[in-house]
Amino acid sequence: MAAAGAAATDLEVARGRRAALFFAAVAIVLGLPLWWKTTETYRASLPYSQISGLNALQLRLMVPVTVVFTRESVPLDDQEKLPFTVVHEREIPLKYKMKIKCRFQKAYRRALDHEEEALSSGSVQEAEAMLDEPQEQAEGSLTVYVISEHSSLLPQDMMSYIGPKRTAVVRGIMHREAFNIIGRRIVQVAQAMSLTEDVLAAALADHLPEDKWSAEKRRPLKSSLGYEITFSLLNPDPKSHDVHWDIEGAVRRYVQPFLNALSAAGNFSVDSQILYYAMLGVNPRFDSASSSYYLDMHSLPHVINPVESRLGSSAASLYPVLNFLLYVPELAHSPLYIQDKDGAPVATNAFHSPRWGGIMVYNVDSKTYNASVLPVRVEVDMVRVMEVFLAQLRLLFGIAQPQVPPKCLLSGPKSEGLMTWELDRLLWARSVENLATATTTLTSLAQLLGKISNIVIKDDVASEVYKAVAAVQKSAEELASGHLASAFVASQEAVTSSELAFFDPSLLHLLYFPDDQKFAIYIPLFLPMAVPILLSLVKIFLETRKSWRKPEKTD
Amino acid sequence: MAAAMPLALLVLLLLGPGGWCLAEPPRDSLREELVITPLPSGDVAATFQFRTRWDSELQRKGDTDHYFLRYAVLPREVVCTENLTPWKKLLPCSSKAGLSVLLKADRLFHTSYHSQAVHIRPVCRNARCTSISWELRQTLSVVFDAFITGQGKKDWSLFRMFSRTLTEPCPLASESRVYVDITTYNQDNETLEVHPPPTTTYQDVILGARKTYAIYDLLDTAMINNSRNLNIQLKWKRPPENEAPPVPFLHAQRYVSGYGLQKGELSTLLYNTHPYRAFPVLLLDTVPWYLRLYVHTLTITSKGKENKPSYIHYQPAQDRLQPHLLEMLIQLPANSVTKVSIQFERALLKWTEYTPDPNHGFYVSPSVLSALVPSMVAAKPVDWEESPLFNSLFPVSDGSNYFVRLYTEPLLVNLPTPDFSMPYNVICLTCTVVAVCYGSFYNLLTRTFHIEEPRTGGLAKRLANLIRRARGVPPL
Repeated sequence: MAAAGAAATDLEVARGRRAALFFAAVAIVLGLPLWWKTTETYRASLPYSQISGLNALQLRLMVPVTVVFTRESVPLDDQEKLPFTVVHEREIPLKYKMKIKCRFQKAYRRALDHEEEALSSGSVQEAEAMLDEPQEQAEGSLTVYVISEHSSLLPQDMMSYIGPKRTAVVRGIMHREAFNIIGRRIVQVAQAMSLTEDVLAAALADHLPEDKWSAEKRRPLKSSLGYEITFSLLNPDPKSHDVHWDIEGAVRRYVQPFLNALSAAGNFSVDSQILYYAMLGVNPRFDSASSSYYLDMHSLPHVINPVESRLGSSAASLYPVLNFLLYVPELAHSPLYIQDKDGAPVATNAFHSPRWGGIMVYNVDSKTYNASVLPVRVEVDMVRVMEVFLAQLRLLFGIAQPQVPPKCLLSGPKSEGLMTWELDRLLWARSVENLATATTTLTSLAQLLGKISNIVIKDDVASEVYKAVAAVQKSAEELASGHLASAFVASQEAVTSSELAFFDPSLLHLLYFPDDQKFAIYIPLFLPMAVPILLSLVKIFLETRKSWRKPEKTD
Repeated sequence: MAAAMPLALLVLLLLGPGGWCLAEPPRDSLREELVITPLPSGDVAATFQFRTRWDSELQRKGDTDHYFLRYAVLPREVVCTENLTPWKKLLPCSSKAGLSVLLKADRLFHTSYHSQAVHIRPVCRNARCTSISWELRQTLSVVFDAFITGQGKKDWSLFRMFSRTLTEPCPLASESRVYVDITTYNQDNETLEVHPPPTTTYQDVILGARKTYAIYDLLDTAMINNSRNLNIQLKWKRPPENEAPPVPFLHAQRYVSGYGLQKGELSTLLYNTHPYRAFPVLLLDTVPWYLRLYVHTLTITSKGKENKPSYIHYQPAQDRLQPHLLEMLIQLPANSVTKVSIQFERALLKWTEYTPDPNHGFYVSPSVLSALVPSMVAAKPVDWEESPLFNSLFPVSDGSNYFVRLYTEPLLVNLPTPDFSMPYNVICLTCTVVAVCYGSFYNLLTRTFHIEEPRTGGLAKRLANLIRRARGVPPL
């Protein structure tokens, strides 16, 4: 009876053990994954490896240069070798994670008949007019004409000439090493017209470590899809001055052509306003010697803030705003001059603030006060004003004065105030800047998503990330093959998509549920379930070990 | 009506030409005026109105594409000086000269009523409307409780109300005037005295009543030059009788009724107190989508009888996309109350859609009433440029009636609000239930069961045996 009872008990114990093991197995194999799966946040897969690959991206900026040799430019036996292609590649040393290489691909060829004819004409302007018509050059490409050493096309002391479009003229040489010497000159000219270290350093100013030049380099506006330009006339003293300005006409005549030329770089909108009783933030000092008032350089930073609260244009705009203020000083403070560091009055009576805009002080001619009663009617001379504002506009867009190689003649500006190659140079810089911005945005997004596992990644966010990565890669490829226009468009797409992904509100939805709180909620489930399972597992483990040891001892 | 009312900053884009003038005015002309109306209760209502118009062709084509016309409303906004600052920035003289000197935020917001508005609309420049100007009208109305702040005195002055006085006209303004309503008191000069004495007075029919105003023209050099500043004062010689103000011909009331959190009813009461004339009213109602309107329950009754609207436009709501839009033209019989009611069901929102304080309730925008109210006194048609601004916002087309636009009060509706800790509670409870069931189940399955031999002992058995022995029965 006792034996039968013990056998039954043993059977029962074995069954209990099996049941406990089965429970543990079900809980671990089925329960845990099910719980994990059902409480998981949705995270679409992202191209993490491609994003980290973007950091090590090598940008190769290719500038296609067509070099056209006229008949007497190089020795005859050298001419026999034409056409052929020479590549000049150089790495631009910047303290930036992206490696940027600049590659001038020079396609040498002989001049065609009509080119010969054009280049043998009397002056550069004529030659340009004749060369200009037939072909439309692609953005970013350059054409360099090599003329004979003694050609009268250029003044005798000039070695090269940079035209307003995408053409340049370089003097040839009759020498054994003609191609080498001319090649070097061509690279010099081509660099001045397209890419220099400075241009790229300015474009990447936000991404480079600070140095002493960075303030200067950070002057231009950041790249954006569009820009808003506001012209404001500040009249702090309407009792004495009745100021009129023909801003519509001035914009139409001077600003619009410039913006049309720039239209490839973004959308522009222009507006204007007149503000009364808008004071500057500082009191100008009186200079008794010249009986005039002046603002010294140190007080200029304090001028802007009080005025800015009245401008109010940035509140309603998606794009960065450039402000141009024309300040007509009140009667009590006129004439008003701006002094530079050395205390001399600034010739233009204007100054600009990086990434913000420009201010010009417009003094009313003192003769007008004599005859008439107040208020005096003042007609603003818009030519004088627009000269200054356009120069500031160029600076704020990062179109700096070109660094011309020695003995090089620079053509006069076109009527729009912007040379075609300057626009190209801007596009090169903006493309590189856009790529850097998009890469930074994508990298930090990937880092953020990797760090916080609670963020939901929706499919549309993921698709924007994919789009941005593809656009960065496409833009880099287009840059490498010298298609500037499409590269710029792709880089803009990259920036847009990456920012859309980064600022998508759906990323924030579950951010307020940290892991520790989630586990606190699940403890009423986990604790009562896990304790018996673990205890019985421990017990089973101990018993099995005991039963294994026993036979050993008996042996 | 003097009770504190939420500020309603209404950006009203009134499209369609508002009026016309014959003479070509100068560009960018500014007119400003301040109307002060002393009320019999001792309160003082002050209404600023600034009008800037510019003749630039902002809109090249005269026609508006009505497809792009939108009506938007924010039922409630907390009053703050932040509402005043950007509004003041739109004034050409900012707050440096002219009437705008009086706009001092800390006084304007310590009033019992505050209403601020911006109107932008095109105005015809000539009779045939071949060219248009744009008009920007800014109005600000406040009601000062002079009786309480003045320690029982009903006298007031500009300085006492605004803590500023007028010093110089805005050099840009072509007209800058202060009007003081002296309608009921001008017959005899014994009830009140206005100081300094006005140079001229102006009489006209305003909203169906004959009114007289004393005019102070800031551009009149003599007005300010005398004392370098202008502080208009009003003194009561004899305390005014506290007579009830006349009831307007059209007024309205709105409320929400019903109990529980499932259904409710929106009711609007429209009062026509005109003794013998009926007139139509255009009622525009926008109701948020989370109040699901039952359109079949729309009832309009006046004087106990059903009142059929002559025109109904209803655009149903789409969840999270657009609100209900209900527009009706209702004829109000003379001397009657018309009740417009419609039932609704409260919707459940998603838990992220609730406002930060959901138990406070959700605001429902006021309904808008537009009507041509018949006038008791015939008014002559308004000359657009000559008449004061307060009379030309809605110009009278014919003398027998005048235009009124009324906004009823915004409503506060409670929506069924979940307990926001509910997800946590549900998870915790479910987990506990699961854990308890699991525990007993686990016990049952893994416990080892022995068959116990029944043993002697146990308290009950011993007790039973004691009793059995006493009875002489053999023990168990």
